[in-house]
Amino acid sequence: MDFIRNFPFFCIVLALSTGVISSVLKPKAAKALSFSLISLSILASLGVLIYTVQTGEAFVYMMGHFPAPWGNEIRAGVMEGVMALFFSVIMLLSLLGGEKYLKVDIEEPKQNLYFVLVDLLLSSLLALVYTNDLFTAYVFVEINTIAAGGLIMIRSNGHSMLAATKYMIMSLLGSGLLLIGITLQYDLTGHLLMSNIQESVGELAAHGAYTVPLTVIIGLISGGIAIKSALFPFHTWLSDAYGFSTASSAAILSSLVSKAYIFLLIKIVYRVIGTEVFWSSKITNVFFVLGVAGMLFGSVSAIKERDMRRMIAFSSVAQIGYIYMGLGFGTQLGVTAAVFHIFSHAATKSMLFVACRGLSEVSGNKKDFSNLKGAGFRNKIAGVAFTVGALSMVGVPLFAGFISKLYLTSAALETMSVKMEVALIVLAISTILNALYFIRAVISIYTPRNEKYRDAAFKPGVTFCAGMVCFILINFALGLASNPLIKAIELGLRMFS
Amino acid sequence: MLGNLFANYYEAVSIILFGIGFTTLLLNRNMIKKIMGLNIMDTAIYLFLAAKGYIYGRKVPIVSGTVPEPENYINPIPSGLVLTGIVVSVSVTAVMLSLTIRLYRRYKTLDIDEITRLVKEEK
Amino acid sequence: MKPRSDYEHSLWRRLVRFVDGETLEDVEKRAEELQEKSAKSQVEADIRSEQILEEEEDEEDKDNREEKENRKRELEKAHEKEAAAMLEKYKNWPKEHGVKIFGRLYAVMAVVLCLIIIVTLLVTVSYLPEFGQPDNPNNNEVVRRYNADGLEETGATNAVAGMILDYRAFDTLGESHVLFVAACCVMILLRLELTKDGKPTDKKRASEENDRLYEPKNDKILQGSAKILVPVIILFGIYVILNGHLSPGGGFSGGAIIGAGLILYLNAFGFEKTTRIMNRKNYAVISVVPLLFYAMAKGYSFFTGANHLESGIPKGTPGAILSAGLILPLNICVGIVVACTMYNFYTLFRKGGM
Repeated sequence: MDFIRNFPFFCIVLALSTGVISSVLKPKAAKALSFSLISLSILASLGVLIYTVQTGEAFVYMMGHFPAPWGNEIRAGVMEGVMALFFSVIMLLSLLGGEKYLKVDIEEPKQNLYFVLVDLLLSSLLALVYTNDLFTAYVFVEINTIAAGGLIMIRSNGHSMLAATKYMIMSLLGSGLLLIGITLQYDLTGHLLMSNIQESVGELAAHGAYTVPLTVIIGLISGGIAIKSALFPFHTWLSDAYGFSTASSAAILSSLVSKAYIFLLIKIVYRVIGTEVFWSSKITNVFFVLGVAGMLFGSVSAIKERDMRRMIAFSSVAQIGYIYMGLGFGTQLGVTAAVFHIFSHAATKSMLFVACRGLSEVSGNKKDFSNLKGAGFRNKIAGVAFTVGALSMVGVPLFAGFISKLYLTSAALETMSVKMEVALIVLAISTILNALYFIRAVISIYTPRNEKYRDAAFKPGVTFCAGMVCFILINFALGLASNPLIKAIELGLRMFS
Repeated sequence: MLGNLFANYYEAVSIILFGIGFTTLLLNRNMIKKIMGLNIMDTAIYLFLAAKGYIYGRKVPIVSGTVPEPENYINPIPSGLVLTGIVVSVSVTAVMLSLTIRLYRRYKTLDIDEITRLVKEEK
Repeated sequence: MKPRSDYEHSLWRRLVRFVDGETLEDVEKRAEELQEKSAKSQVEADIRSEQILEEEEDEEDKDNREEKENRKRELEKAHEKEAAAMLEKYKNWPKEHGVKIFGRLYAVMAVVLCLIIIVTLLVTVSYLPEFGQPDNPNNNEVVRRYNADGLEETGATNAVAGMILDYRAFDTLGESHVLFVAACCVMILLRLELTKDGKPTDKKRASEENDRLYEPKNDKILQGSAKILVPVIILFGIYVILNGHLSPGGGFSGGAIIGAGLILYLNAFGFEKTTRIMNRKNYAVISVVPLLFYAMAKGYSFFTGANHLESGIPKGTPGAILSAGLILPLNICVGIVVACTMYNFYTLFRKGGM
């Protein structure tokens, strides 16, 4: 067996142990350890990606001395490699960009605990990406939930604690639904391992046995994950959680935590329930309707918002709507578009959150539009990054958002049904609404009227600049050279089944 | 239509408990009662799992002599899952309770709507 | 006929009030408003009649007219006040009643949603395989191997212990880290910080002095029973941990028992005695080392398993205390971690740290 197959497992166990060690270290050491862990994870994921592309097939890795279905397993293919690489990169950049604000937002003796949470979050993200076992997924979903709650509440003011409470309550409802869904499916199939469940489910569906429980299970699992990833009617916790946490937390939550759940859902669709059973259930229509509703509602709420952080948060509701709409088409192309949108949105949204914090830093730490006027001149790099992010969100060519909208449109055209017309109309409306609030924000930060904050000697800091530049480069890379990534996603989806 | 509903009365009861817990968690404004709802919901799932593992007339899967008698043992997997679930629920309850303590110290109330109002005024 | 004076408190009125969503104070306020209004209308009627009189008696003297003007002005002021109050009420309506209506709508919707979930799940249960039958789908080859070969492959007579710590050990590894991340979150929220030289800050000292304010100090009965109970509880916990692979129990349950014993000891004898053993430094070591050992041991076992190497860990004779390979040390690690975490939770909840 090639040694490189050990990498996913090494990353997960190393991340768990690093988190444990960091809890007794000084903040500086914990930070250094955390950054080296994430860098290592980037390299390892890159290795796994290259290896799977070369061999052209996915591999399973036995966690212990017992083969499936008796022992645990993890599995890595092209899709998993791409996801793990992308998650690690975005996490590194989010921490890099928001690093200097951690010192401001978090009490000094508790800063090392922030990195403990980050390490454990990374391990749970990697485990969710690589796992081949439904119950392992549940355990790591819980680590993910608690660690994400900790990232919100570590700021320790009234707003963030209330936001964390709301987040935890909604997430726990979702976990409850997910767990009972897993339990019900265990009763029907007698397996917890994804490949074995898929076999059993396929048999059950072919014989037409247990159709009612099967539908309910699909509904419960998708419902639980939809609540956790803030699909439209369950998004109430999102704006506070993203709006009041520290910048790195908001970036990590919006781009990684909710996306990891959606990735888990896609994995469950392909590897547990099976695409045929899933597409033929009516749940895709529910996803489509809720996704479309979320696109409109999120954009309208964002227009009404006066607080820039919360505006970006509401825009996330709309973007998650896009992803679920892509899944709701119920076609291969739709899922490809949805996965690409996960990438482009994660890269853009984390950049926007960090840039927004940089802009508010030069505006007396206020977040509303009137105070942010002219902030783009005061903190130039953040202004440029914000503009790039805004243009990408609107869907201007050259940027990442354009490509994902292009693919969503072509996926809509391919369906040739009512969904096509609805999707095209809503995409058009939503693009206009996006343009309304993002262009307003960009104009606002470049209006040189506010004389209140004049700080010529402002230096944005090396780490912040580095993070922003990397974010901008990633956005251009996704916008200009999207083809390899799309190919990788298609290959990965083929490897899933 | 009712099929196995009465034969599966353990599962039926645990589902009703799950519903009670879910409703409490969703509807009650008092934080402590919300946490109680969360615990009821989790416990219902453990009851469900435990019921799934049982087989009539069989005993715990612990070898008493030197030779195992697999046809006499119940299913050990749900027991293991319940154990994992209990630890998760203890952890989550501790986090939720400490959040409640912090919010209570600051706002002197357990009502989440009231806390929301007070937080909004704070701005 | 005189109306009953206790009408507002009658059962019917209460029902009506409940339906309207009013409280008694609302009703009283409204009664006052009504009285004010009637008084005002009385004044208005007076003025109107006087105006009529005025038209009739054109040659009124000026003093009288001035007085009337004054009264008119007062009336206008009262009108303005009333209008302002009305406007206020109109503005506040959505805040007071809108929230109420929305809240009730939300409650109804939530109840309906929950009922739908319960009914759907009950229908699902009615389609599930029958309870307790040996030929149910979940009683498959996986279970057969756990029960039949578990003794030989893991060395544990307790099939559940063998399953969670050997066959499906990755889940359990994650699970102990769930406990760890929860402990971190509770520390973030509740830990009071010490100053640089390890002395408590003022806030901490205040909470320490307050520590036993509501509890009896050096209660003879509590201390006496704790002296007998605590060693027994802790011994029992150790027994449960050490026999985890042979009988029901294991690290999690035994650890919880030991934690309970420590908490009882703390309650009886106070923080001064316990902090000699369980202070922050020791806690850090005691909780971190077992978790690291756990991750390393399991990592080694996963690595050898996946690469098809012999792990070289002796299984021992089944049924003996020193058997079942890694299960016993792992149970001890988990037990220590759980006991420490429980105790830590208690001290954090009580006064923000050890």
